[in-house]
Amino acid sequence: MAEEIKLMKGNEAIAHAAIRYGTDGYFGYPITPQSEILETLMAETPWETTGMVVLQAESEVAAINMVYGGAGCGKRVMTSSSSPGISLKLEGISYLAGAELPALIVNVMRGGPGLGTIQPSQADYFQTVKGGGHGDYRLITLAPNSVQEMADFVALGFDLAFTYSNPAMILADGIIGQMMEKVVLPPFRPRKTEEEIRQESPWAALGKPASRKPNIITSLELDPSIMEENNNRFQAKYRRVEEREVRYEEICCSDAEYLLVAFGSSARICQKAVEIARAEGIKLGLLRPITLWPFPTKALAGYAGRVKGMLSVELNAGQMLEDVRLAVNGRVKVEHFGRLGGIVFTPDEILVAFKEKIYR
Amino acid sequence: MELNEIIKPENVVYAKPGLMNDHPMHYCPGCSHGVIHKLVAEVIADMGMEEKTIGVSPVGCAVFAYNYLDIDWQEAAHGRAPAVATAVKRLNPEKMVFTYQGDGDLAAIGTAETIHAANRGENIVIVFVNNAIYGMTGGQMAPTTLEGMPTSTCPYGRMVELNGYPLKIADLLALLEGTCLVTRQSVHTAAAVRKAKRSLRKAFDNSMAGKGTSIVEFVSTCASGWKMTPEKSNDWMVEHMFPFYPLGDLKNVE
Repeated sequence: MAEEIKLMKGNEAIAHAAIRYGTDGYFGYPITPQSEILETLMAETPWETTGMVVLQAESEVAAINMVYGGAGCGKRVMTSSSSPGISLKLEGISYLAGAELPALIVNVMRGGPGLGTIQPSQADYFQTVKGGGHGDYRLITLAPNSVQEMADFVALGFDLAFTYSNPAMILADGIIGQMMEKVVLPPFRPRKTEEEIRQESPWAALGKPASRKPNIITSLELDPSIMEENNNRFQAKYRRVEEREVRYEEICCSDAEYLLVAFGSSARICQKAVEIARAEGIKLGLLRPITLWPFPTKALAGYAGRVKGMLSVELNAGQMLEDVRLAVNGRVKVEHFGRLGGIVFTPDEILVAFKEKIYR
Repeated sequence: MELNEIIKPENVVYAKPGLMNDHPMHYCPGCSHGVIHKLVAEVIADMGMEEKTIGVSPVGCAVFAYNYLDIDWQEAAHGRAPAVATAVKRLNPEKMVFTYQGDGDLAAIGTAETIHAANRGENIVIVFVNNAIYGMTGGQMAPTTLEGMPTSTCPYGRMVELNGYPLKIADLLALLEGTCLVTRQSVHTAAAVRKAKRSLRKAFDNSMAGKGTSIVEFVSTCASGWKMTPEKSNDWMVEHMFPFYPLGDLKNVE
């Protein structure tokens, strides 16, 4: 069968991919620049086809707690928002992590802080990969750089979330959410039956048969010795994720003397900067982290002895920069270039910054 | 007659509900929660819904409700139980879903979730325990604390100028099109317990009949928080709580 190629926005691709993945429920609240996700789902009326529940909640807070309720039943459930809305969801994300519930959250980032702007930004890197909510938890974070990856990461995000019983986030930005590109949508998969869910997620609170003890979804444990054990279990799981699930892309890296490090939309712009630099005879490469947590620490450390300098290019004031510097541990110079508040850099601006800060 | 001759199945007039386990309860002597837990357990069993019921416990004294009733539970963030229950019910329409919440959880931090779940007419039961105080955190002022009633955060008594009025949230909820049963009950006498159980059964029946949201408010005591004996707190509730929170149905759609 010929591939089904469509032209659509990143936000729309998320919605279509969610229906096709067999997602059981989406709970959301409108906020620019990601409202097309909820709008597309409502327009598609998937409750009539796959049986997927789509509900506009009264707030981002309610939406993430609906996700908690659905996830506690072992269902494939998701929500989406943009930066200020994600701030509101962080309590719920911490509870999901504490109760070890799988769920998918999409953040189509915009400029902040506060109400900020509706223009694209990558300023929620710290919030996403360093915690954000309270407690020692980690959020599996996927950074798409195309509409195709917006579609593909729905399945990947859910699969990782269920493999590790942990929330996962697609961390996109206003550019990836709003731009239109060609996309091949994934095939339709049936939603899981209750029988399948009971087998795959025996912890799910779906009603207690006489044959087992009650399933209790909670993050509460007042006995500190047990709470420490729980935390140790979480940390062991996070180490497994760091061991197994790092994903990144290397572009023109094999002979590179200098490296740009960038994720998401920044990486797309950096790709052009690399092309221009190569035409000028500068051996520049691009390392694109696809998972922001777990971060490609080892890959970057491997380049520390090989390249003469790295530039972390981000639409923020230097957040991923800290993780790049930790990875290379002082063995190579790492600087940052960014634009703030919703302004997007051009490939030329990146090259000028690269020459000033690294190449000289 | 010997005791052993009396203890026979045909002579049993009362038994602990089968859904209630032997986990020692953390509730204080004289607290209404224990009786209300028992009623919830009895109604679920009476309906034969033991294997199809999912409870959502709150933050507050009833946070550990999941330790006492042998059904599946989800423990929600503070105030968010109606949002959690919304998703559980929507994703599992054939299940019976209820929240069990106190006044701070339901009528302060969770007011938005309470009102919007009820306004959507979610087919859930909201069991609302109103003892006019924050019990778990040590007796602070609640949204339902009566005017002049002392708590640890209004030691001189609730002052309307400072704290506003006690919130009659059941009256608010009764105005919403999405609710089918809004009733105020209590469990301070045997007769009240029997009456409350009938309301609770109606609420659970409504949820399975798809009639909308049912709210059963229990005007309750908090002997520890009120700093009274259990007996005195019952009297105080009758004298002070009932006039402001009168018992009976605020709405009952047949």
